[in-house]
Amino acid sequence: MTYTDEQTTRLAKDAAAIIARYPQARSALLPLLHLVQSEEGFVSPDGMAFCADRLGISTAEVSAVATFYTQFKRRPTGEYQVGVCTNTLCALMGGDEVWDSLAEHLGVGNDETTPDGKVTLERIECNAACDYAPVVMVNWEFFDNQTPESAAAVVDALRAGKDVAPTRGAAQVCSFKEVSRVLAGFEDGRAGEGIGAGPASLAGLEAASGATRTEGAK
Amino acid sequence: MTALNPVLTKTWANPQSWTLASYEQSGGYAALKKAAKKAPAEIIQAVKDSGLRGRGGAGFPTGMKWGFLSPPDGGPRYLVINADESEPGTCKDVPLMMASPHLLIEGAIITAMAIECDHAFIYVRGEVVHVYRRLLAAVAEAKKAGYLGRNILGTGFDLEITVHAGAGAYICGEESALLDSLEGRRGQPRLKPPFPAVKGLYARPTTVNNVETIASVPGIIDRGAAWFSGLGTEKSKGHVIYSLSGHVERPGQYEGPLGMTLRELLALAGGVRAGHRLKFWTPGGSSTPILTDKHLDVPLDYEGVEGAGSALGTRALQIFDETTCVVRAVARWTEFYKHESCGKCTPCREGTFWLSQIYERLEHGEGTEADIEQLLDTSRSILGRSFCALGDSATMTISSSIAAFRDEYMAHVSGHGCPTDPRASSLFAVPATKGTGA
Repeated sequence: MTYTDEQTTRLAKDAAAIIARYPQARSALLPLLHLVQSEEGFVSPDGMAFCADRLGISTAEVSAVATFYTQFKRRPTGEYQVGVCTNTLCALMGGDEVWDSLAEHLGVGNDETTPDGKVTLERIECNAACDYAPVVMVNWEFFDNQTPESAAAVVDALRAGKDVAPTRGAAQVCSFKEVSRVLAGFEDGRAGEGIGAGPASLAGLEAASGATRTEGAK
Repeated sequence: MTALNPVLTKTWANPQSWTLASYEQSGGYAALKKAAKKAPAEIIQAVKDSGLRGRGGAGFPTGMKWGFLSPPDGGPRYLVINADESEPGTCKDVPLMMASPHLLIEGAIITAMAIECDHAFIYVRGEVVHVYRRLLAAVAEAKKAGYLGRNILGTGFDLEITVHAGAGAYICGEESALLDSLEGRRGQPRLKPPFPAVKGLYARPTTVNNVETIASVPGIIDRGAAWFSGLGTEKSKGHVIYSLSGHVERPGQYEGPLGMTLRELLALAGGVRAGHRLKFWTPGGSSTPILTDKHLDVPLDYEGVEGAGSALGTRALQIFDETTCVVRAVARWTEFYKHESCGKCTPCREGTFWLSQIYERLEHGEGTEADIEQLLDTSRSILGRSFCALGDSATMTISSSIAAFRDEYMAHVSGHGCPTDPRASSLFAVPATKGTGA
């Protein structure tokens, strides 16, 4: 263990709060991994050893789990994970072009980080926002209806240290570490920020109210 | 023309719709107050009478599923809500939880009362952090209001809800893999039987239900089983969310009774994108066989879509127009299944790997006619021989697309590559390719 005493004490308190949510301690492993990811920006061998220690299981057991899930990163990554959906629907509707142009713009490939340590670019699978295709996720916040230009503007602003607001989400994108802490189950007070539903989510409501209706499919 | 009928989506445009105050103002938690006066068996009977079937894809009758739980033996039993929405094309539960988390929580409390459990879990995929924030906040609000915690509404009934974030794995949408993941393990499916109703979470009786299913429960209790079963078709009762995406003028969430047709829904959504025509679509996500323009009038209910050779799944209607190369579309889905195969069983792990290789050859102009047969042959070796439904699902768009568009596969062989301009399907196609196709 190379965590400092301060880190160990602080994280142990958080870990106890996480474990207390579950009838059986082992269920806490995924949130614990999100927690150690929030400490270092990735799941390090130290982080895995910490989880193993808290749960009384082996580091091999922790590693088996940490390596199974794509959200757990096993080497240092950027402050912002920028994921471009390249599953079929987003890809066809322009996600492939968004991906190509972002990779060129940033000069990095899949799962690579810009030299300034700001952005890690990733190809991601379907993120349940197909009605907003093409979709880009930044630290797991929604950037809907993207184009190569809009996506480039987002990463430029992030690299320049500006506040960037997702389309549907918090008032601004938090850092990867901050978001990882939320995913460990610790509220950050931002639930009330942002909108309830985007335009596509409300398309059916609008159609039902008779606001827009055209007869006959093509 | 069947009319839309917003029920679950009704409050989504309300100001601060995700807060308790807003939810209560629109009648929220009235159903819980009614349920609190009912015996568990009465609630289960109402859900049985309503005809509600699982909205996560399989369509199993919900009340019957609850009825399968082993009888109370004094030990714990659990409700686990599957909020791991990851099926390509499926995008209904995430907006529901973003806009109306209390609807899900009210449904969860009523369900927990019915099945007599005192700890429920919402397993939400980890890749939607704002949804997770909203759920955490809603649980805290509900607790403060006395809807959760000890002695809810003076009934003597206790309930805790734990909102659990996953960490990125499609397979965790499979209920037994979800349970393993919730137990802090790799998300790999379990051998069934025993089914979760007998041995689920921590080997205790557990019911696993989809978000939309649970969110439908308050309405059934509040407005009655007869109201719910009055919607829909003979065997497919109630309201559902249809998710339209892709080459359609106004993509989005359209809620109406089961049994609407794609023709009706497209009319409401402004039709296929201007200047183009429908080529193929998925009725229920990438795990359901594709349909074509021949199927515009198929009633979108469990039986209707099955009769057309596909499955209703999650009503994830992904619309593709004539600019779309079907080989490219299915190749990308196949890559997805390869990536998401958990590796537990050989047919799925190896089969999806090899299928993906063949598609790569076809797309790069190195495919042969024998490759097309090989796709079908490998698919047959996976279908029905995999440990869980993921393997089967991987084959669905492959065999159905070859059946409907064999010529297009052949064109990739004879033309040594894709005959379609890949930019034409994009929303921001460069001017040179704009308006090509049909």
